[in-house]
Amino acid sequence: MLLIKCPVCGAEGDETDFHAGGQAHVRRPATHDSANITDEHQRDYLFVRFNPMGLHFERWRCDRGCGKWFHAARDTVSMEFKAFYGITELPPAPLMEQAKGPWAEYFADKKT
Amino acid sequence: MSGKPYRLAQGGSLIDRAKTVHFSFDGKPMTGFVGDTVASAVMANGQRLFGRSFKYHRARGVVGVGAEEMNALVGVGDGARHEPNLRATQVELHDGLTAVSQNRWPSLALDIGSIGNKLSRLLPSGFYYKTFMWPRSFWKHIYEPLIRRSAGLGHAPEGRDPDTYEQIQVHCDVLVIGAGVAGLAAAEAAAASGGRVIIADENPRFGGLANIAAGSIDGQPQTEWVGTKAALLADAENVHVLTRTTAINHAHHNHLMLFERLADHDPALLAAGAPRHRLWKVRARQVVLATGAIERPIAFANNDRPGIMLASAARAMIKRYGVAPGVQGVVFTNNDDAYLTALSLKAAGIGVRVVDSRARAEGALADEARNAGIDVQASSVISAVHTTLGGLNVDSVKIAAYRRGQGRVISERQADCDFIAMSGGWNPALHLWCHNGGKIKFDQSLQSFRPDHHRDAIVAVGAANGTFALNDILAEAYAGGKSKRKAPKAQQSEQKPLEPLWFAPATGKYNEGNKHFIDFQNDVTAADLELAQREGYESVEHTKRYTTYGMATDQGKTSNINGLGVLSEATGKAIPEIGTTTFRPPYTPFSFGSIAGVLTKPLFLPVRRTAIYEWHVENGAIFEPVGQWRRAYTYPRAGEDKHSSINREILCVRNKVGLLDASTLGKIEIKGPDAAEFLDRIYTNTFSTLKVGRCRYGLMMNELGFLTDDGVTVRLAEDHFLMHTTSGGADRIAAWLEEWLQSEWTHYRVFVTPVTEQWAQFAIAGPKARDVLAKLSPDFDLSNEALPHMSFREGKLGRYPVRVYRISFSGELSYEVAAPANLGRGLWNEIVAAGEEFGLEPYGTEALHVLRAEKGYIVVGDETDGTTTPIDVGLEGLVSKKKADFLGKRSLEQSHLKAPGRKQLVGLLTEDPNEVLPDGAHAVKTVKDKPPMETVGHVTSTYHSPTLSRSIAMALIQNGRARMGETVSFPLEGKIIRAKIVDPVFYDKEGTKQNV
Repeated sequence: MLLIKCPVCGAEGDETDFHAGGQAHVRRPATHDSANITDEHQRDYLFVRFNPMGLHFERWRCDRGCGKWFHAARDTVSMEFKAFYGITELPPAPLMEQAKGPWAEYFADKKT
Repeated sequence: MSGKPYRLAQGGSLIDRAKTVHFSFDGKPMTGFVGDTVASAVMANGQRLFGRSFKYHRARGVVGVGAEEMNALVGVGDGARHEPNLRATQVELHDGLTAVSQNRWPSLALDIGSIGNKLSRLLPSGFYYKTFMWPRSFWKHIYEPLIRRSAGLGHAPEGRDPDTYEQIQVHCDVLVIGAGVAGLAAAEAAAASGGRVIIADENPRFGGLANIAAGSIDGQPQTEWVGTKAALLADAENVHVLTRTTAINHAHHNHLMLFERLADHDPALLAAGAPRHRLWKVRARQVVLATGAIERPIAFANNDRPGIMLASAARAMIKRYGVAPGVQGVVFTNNDDAYLTALSLKAAGIGVRVVDSRARAEGALADEARNAGIDVQASSVISAVHTTLGGLNVDSVKIAAYRRGQGRVISERQADCDFIAMSGGWNPALHLWCHNGGKIKFDQSLQSFRPDHHRDAIVAVGAANGTFALNDILAEAYAGGKSKRKAPKAQQSEQKPLEPLWFAPATGKYNEGNKHFIDFQNDVTAADLELAQREGYESVEHTKRYTTYGMATDQGKTSNINGLGVLSEATGKAIPEIGTTTFRPPYTPFSFGSIAGVLTKPLFLPVRRTAIYEWHVENGAIFEPVGQWRRAYTYPRAGEDKHSSINREILCVRNKVGLLDASTLGKIEIKGPDAAEFLDRIYTNTFSTLKVGRCRYGLMMNELGFLTDDGVTVRLAEDHFLMHTTSGGADRIAAWLEEWLQSEWTHYRVFVTPVTEQWAQFAIAGPKARDVLAKLSPDFDLSNEALPHMSFREGKLGRYPVRVYRISFSGELSYEVAAPANLGRGLWNEIVAAGEEFGLEPYGTEALHVLRAEKGYIVVGDETDGTTTPIDVGLEGLVSKKKADFLGKRSLEQSHLKAPGRKQLVGLLTEDPNEVLPDGAHAVKTVKDKPPMETVGHVTSTYHSPTLSRSIAMALIQNGRARMGETVSFPLEGKIIRAKIVDPVFYDKEGTKQNV
């Protein structure tokens, strides 16, 4: 039973008080470049997700609290949450640095 | 020895000899004392036989001292309060208690199933894959029912559980599990630092095994020391003390469940209304595991006979309950601790000898035993156990000379005895440590596993950590409790190391008629484990599943390490190389009642009721569940069945006027400068072009291009919309809208507010609908010109402020009238009164569904199944070709959703108009004598239509729209129904009726 803290309202509670929303930072092609989306792009957007061992970024909703979505960085091995951050935000810079595999690729052009 | 009283004249620290308790075992009246367990009391009455084993139905008695008990499982209580599979060693005796043995027929002493023991060659590991396979049909009808009847545990209680249960959630700084010496010391240390401490122990009293252990602390006997500490903790303000409370599970981030038995030990408490069990959900900053250790049996021939128990259990019988395990015993050990049992037996006047498998039996305890006159034989093992008829009682053993690693018996001699106390060493109780990924390591001196590291803030102290010397336990526990104070000093004689003994060779050739039990509860022997190895189940996880070793209700508490030892010797690999199997929660079984807590009966799933609910009840409605709502299904009158009342309601709407409580319809207000643009993204069709005061039917897809909801949305003002969703979809769609606003189109200035429960909403449908409304004194014009189909007005009906939507789900002239929920019942009453002269009748959800099916309107969830597109259901016209983006748009363009051969919505008319197709029936390409037949589609909605006086159906059929006029066949049980494919609109195709 994970212990989660909502970064919007500050409520801390069991994972059953929250709703898991899958992988974070999935880019919806239709919002960003609707003119030219191949079937492969659309497939990846709909179905292809990262499944890393270690640092991972995911979406959660404060279900029994403020109702807001937010992001969480969690280690899938130790189950430790490394950060909770806003739904429109990127992870804290040090975590983007630590990210490995597909996440490192994803954050490569987003670090400032 | 059976039948004689075994209660000793004195001793028994837990019992109160002044208080006699009457109880029964298998219907036989017995007496015991307050403080007894069922195990001790039944044994005190001279009975050793407690049950039959799972597979071979061998006679079994008490083996353990507490939670590890695997044989003496009993059912306790009568009728609805009967609880099966309880460990007799943990059931506290009370007056009037009734206990029964399990898995025996017709009686415990004479058990027909024990023929399984004779047939054991037919029941090897994995017998269900090997024997009983032929002829094939015999398994289902003969073998399986027979085996299931003979193999089993207790019976489920009969009747509704009369008791109450509850749950509690708490947080604490330190949770200490186990209140033996280590747990009490850790809790004392933790409490001194001022934090909130919880200490829980599964037993009725704190102290753990202190009352059967040797040594003293600070000059006090251990029992006195633990008594003092327990009293101090009970008085401490920051400590919560829980007895009869088992920690059953440890999960992520130190979340634990504790199972507290509040009233099982005292029926008076139950009668007074106390909850029976309480499930604690605890979040702890720090967990201290002081769960102690569990003694290992030894694998020797026929080590499961009644009268063979763990050395700790034999000692506990004497010291705690004043019960003799027998009159003449053998202590069989590979370690020093069991000498304490020999000394206790001797002190109680019971005959005893020690058989020690180690090369030498020396050290303080062995010397003490010899000085007490006990015969100690080193380099020896028990090679055979002889019993009275039926394996019911031990009457002698054979003792053989033994050198470590020796595989067969060379010389042996006989010794009379009626019980055996065995000890193969101690296993730290690692279950909770391992539940959530704690790592363990093999300890050579213990010949067992001990905690290594853990990702959570959890620490093991004392025997749970593999620490057995009293001084070390105290030091570790004070450190574990984060104390700055020094631990007290203990005095205890030093113990010599054990020597591993995983298999004691038996008389005669290996395993002829002998069974070395490893897992007593699942009847798994050393030979079974070796057989699994020979057959290639080399991984311990495979061995476990193949033999079922460690998979019984005791979860391998006594068998895991012994099994690994056998496998180690069979493979020549060291135990750590073999690995260990997983410990799964719960530590001991707990009750379903505690899982449900108070959420039973009406609280299990709270019912949502509309403002008109009582009226429906008063008017004889039959209800149907729609999500959590209860909706009126139909209103049968006296003498009517459901079918005729539904038909009457439908015809009333078609010919006169009907009234429907549509309050459950999902209602969501969407407001803000960007509301229109937002809806354009959400719906497949366009809402930015909708004029204020008008309504539009909209379709929603998910991002996969599949239909997810539909409904009419109204533009209340330039920046303000009211969305209707399906009754079941209201919450889901509101959350869905929020998700997109919060995470994708974050720049939209839009509020989404669910208002379903704020409004009572009714459909007034039928040719006379306008007349009914006109009688209610509207302050607005009802004419078709002023309020045409698909328009909206806000106004008053008499005293009632209302929103009126001229929308129709029936195809008739229809108004939906919404009033604030608190005014709903009043308005409903006035509509009913006003409608009387026009023949208005209420109609329910079934009439609603038939009415819409006659019109060919889809219901999302009936005509769609999560893989259905708007194009599939013939609503391509509602999918915008102009909008740049909306949810699902791009997916709908994917090649596979455009491919030919998809199922399309059509109507069906059966050849026989009286034949109603079953819902979900499949049409097939070619009818054959028997399945398989290739399906071409299925029925999605099917009714008898009173309007058309015949059956109608809707279906999704491959390429259906190109197959109009064709006939398809539905093969059913015993008949074939044929139906013609037609347009799904059966009634008033031009829509003239709703536009008057």
